[in-house]
Amino acid sequence: METMKVQDVTSNDLPWKISYDAHRCTLCGSCVSACSFRAIEAKIEKRRMVFSESELPEPKARFSAVPVIRQVKSVKNYCRGCGICEKICPNDAIAPLRNPDSRHPIITRCLGGDSIKRGGRKNLESAVRTLDKLRVGRISQMTDPSLDAQRHTFDILAPFGRILPPEKLPMGIGPDGLLQTTGTTPPVNWIYPVIIGDMSIGALSWRMWEAVAMAVAYLNEECGLPVRMCSGEGGVPVRLLKSRYLKYMILQIGSGHFGWNRIAKAMPHMIEDPAGILIKIGQGAKPGDGGLLMANKVAEHIQAIRGVPKTDLLSPPNHQGLYSIEESVQKMFLSFNAAFKFRVPVAIKVAASATSVSVYNNLVRDPYNIVGGLFLDGIDGGTGAAHEVSLDHTGHPIVSKLRDCYLAATAQGRQGQIPLWAAGGLGKTGDLAADAFKMICLGANGVFTGKLILQMAGCVGNDQGRCNACNTGLCPVGITTQEPPLVKRLDPEKVAQNIVNYFLAMNTELKKLMAPIGNSSLPVGRADALIATDHAVADKLQIQYVC
Amino acid sequence: MSASGMAQNLLYNPRLPLPAIAQGYLIHEGVLTKMCRIGAIKSLNYVHPSQALQLMQSQQKGHDNSGFAMVMHDLGGIFENYKHLPTLSMAATDQGVRLAEDILHQAGFQRVMQWVPETDDRPGLDINAMPNYVFETFDYPKSFRNAEQKVKEDLLLDMRLKLRAALEPNEEGFAYSFWPDVVTLKEIGNPRDIGTYFRLWEPDTKLTAKVITTQCRQNTNYDIVRYAAHPFHLQGYTALANGENTFYLKNVEFQRKLHRGYIGFESDSQCFLYTLHYIHRELNWPLRYFKHVVTPLPFDDIEKREDAQQLKAIRQSLGHLEINGPNTIIGVLPDNTLFTCCDAKKLRPIVIGRTEDTVVFSSEVCGINEILPDRDWATDIYPHEREIVTIDEKLEVQRWKQ
Repeated sequence: METMKVQDVTSNDLPWKISYDAHRCTLCGSCVSACSFRAIEAKIEKRRMVFSESELPEPKARFSAVPVIRQVKSVKNYCRGCGICEKICPNDAIAPLRNPDSRHPIITRCLGGDSIKRGGRKNLESAVRTLDKLRVGRISQMTDPSLDAQRHTFDILAPFGRILPPEKLPMGIGPDGLLQTTGTTPPVNWIYPVIIGDMSIGALSWRMWEAVAMAVAYLNEECGLPVRMCSGEGGVPVRLLKSRYLKYMILQIGSGHFGWNRIAKAMPHMIEDPAGILIKIGQGAKPGDGGLLMANKVAEHIQAIRGVPKTDLLSPPNHQGLYSIEESVQKMFLSFNAAFKFRVPVAIKVAASATSVSVYNNLVRDPYNIVGGLFLDGIDGGTGAAHEVSLDHTGHPIVSKLRDCYLAATAQGRQGQIPLWAAGGLGKTGDLAADAFKMICLGANGVFTGKLILQMAGCVGNDQGRCNACNTGLCPVGITTQEPPLVKRLDPEKVAQNIVNYFLAMNTELKKLMAPIGNSSLPVGRADALIATDHAVADKLQIQYVC
Repeated sequence: MSASGMAQNLLYNPRLPLPAIAQGYLIHEGVLTKMCRIGAIKSLNYVHPSQALQLMQSQQKGHDNSGFAMVMHDLGGIFENYKHLPTLSMAATDQGVRLAEDILHQAGFQRVMQWVPETDDRPGLDINAMPNYVFETFDYPKSFRNAEQKVKEDLLLDMRLKLRAALEPNEEGFAYSFWPDVVTLKEIGNPRDIGTYFRLWEPDTKLTAKVITTQCRQNTNYDIVRYAAHPFHLQGYTALANGENTFYLKNVEFQRKLHRGYIGFESDSQCFLYTLHYIHRELNWPLRYFKHVVTPLPFDDIEKREDAQQLKAIRQSLGHLEINGPNTIIGVLPDNTLFTCCDAKKLRPIVIGRTEDTVVFSSEVCGINEILPDRDWATDIYPHEREIVTIDEKLEVQRWKQ
């Protein structure tokens, strides 16, 4: 027997262990070929069998070589628990099992000498979410009747763009005694209060990105829901830029400016304005960090769209040359407003932070009225790739921060002037309508969501460490990969259908929440409609505590 | 709604710490109000408040007889010769009266007329009376006599706010209105007994007006507060409502930063008054835009209109003044125009009956039958959810469709 090498990686060091039943396995090989992480392999095991051939027991031993499926014991090709092997096995012979005794966080750092990277969401907290401690507790009854979600009409729309205070509206009374406009106002688009959050081509597979774009077009043109999608920082296919569907897209510019060469060149050929511009300063999943697209995802078409070679694409943590809020206002907003001749609203996205209220105050007091929205992204947001330490340990929850910003605006009488859009773990439980509605009651004009869209498409990842391999380019369901065989696993039409159906369901659910509080338009800031079952939450959010 | 403001619970509840109020944060228990009845009379002739009492008496099953309040515009009788001078309407203790008069005298106001109603305090009346009811007309301070109208109007508002603040500790008194050609009376109790107490059932020529708005409910949701009974008055504008305003919190949070006169919020009906004042006086927009603000058209409808640009701008910038929930509003403008409009789903009733010299608004038609029994009821108007009906000085009816 060899001396035991305690430093060797074994399956009990890894986060998932493969459970394999050789008796059920037909050795078809499906699981091995389907595992995008190469975390299982076919091997030969030496087996000893004791038998007797005589009438009386005369035990003999025989050794044989048996083909089996085995887990790869490596910190590179380790099992992510995605369960594709289990999905594909015709005989239920194989499945990943969570290993509570995993030493993965330690050995990966020890062996790699580098920080751990992954995709997904924050995986640490398991307590009840703040939003689940809130209920819509103010029910219209008796003389103030509830509305009928099926019969009444509802205005479920939110503003994207800078809104002037009433006394600043350039309107005067005309000769006919009616108001007429005497000047220009910043552009405002009224859109569905749930924006499909910024996920780039590159982070997503081309099929996935296209599926989302298809769903958005269908929701607008067939379902009458003016849903908008944000491109993410990674450019937009030129064909889409030149098409009439551009009006459903919010173009994002990140600190890497990826994709903007093509966008700028396409401007003269655009037949529609985009729905808006979103300047990404920060992101909730990895605040203080720029975008990260690993080289193995920078396929040829990504190189073309972004105008880059095959290499790790790291967006800087900040927009170069911006050292103050005033500067960001002057440089970025003015240039983008000017680029689209002040027809397209320009908003800003920041990671929620202890300083968000200061940022918001500065923007809302900007005398040029050019900031058309503050997108606040909280700690529970998802990402395609980030350092695990950022994902798990940096950031700020969204609920109280959104409320703080709204109340700060209210204290100045400036609520609504810069629309507030919130994200970060909304829809985490699968119920986005309820989360969105509660955020709206707390002061959000709308919400944006990314990770949930992936889950609609078939993402098998979760917040308990399952899969979370978006950074590897080996997404087992073809969503966050550029590998053709993996991308082909994704049926874009089915994805689009799922997204459309989810939005239709959510729209009905939003009405079912508006109706009982008797509101036919969105109850932005109607915190009186909410109650909290937790005293600290009630105090912080300034709503009624109940027990 | 009732005079049932829910709001006094927030802002005038001593249990609520002041810093929370000052910061503009409020935790409020939501709007839950009851159906009340509202009415208004506008006539070419001077009308005595007994008509208003009769208008409301037949509708008493619809309200809870917990109070009576009325605001009279375009005054006759003893006030007729003082139309251009402000009249203070106040209920107060002896100390409160002294306090208020001192403040006014100190500011240079000189009393030119005073009317103290002869009360009938027979035992058994259901009224929670204050020791004094004061209706005093003042001349402006000398330095203001030749001032511009707006300067005078701001002075009157500031004085009323000052009086209110001074009288508030220990509830020494309630300054309801301080405005030319306007008188306000509010009290807690059964409207019939309140009428008896003030001898309002017996018509006379002393206290009359061409416009009277009235309502018969005190706040029954929370603590009883005299200020909470509508109609409410501010700088020539009066408003009262039957219904709820489920966007009350949004309205309050927005209004409290719009104007120094937007205070109290003892009732969600005050929000209607403040929005009316803001749109019509502060922004100087025509009345029809009040309707566009409180019950904006759906976006789909706005897009189809020629004035889409203006309507969208209004909906965007004044979204926090939108109202939701069922309600009917009656309002009076400084030129004594009387109007009514209701929520976008018409969940509260209002009917308008008229003769050649009188127009009556009422929640229930039985009230009109009581005081205009011989009118042609076929000409009664039942306004719909997208219109404002206005009655001008000549009693011409205009129905303006949103």
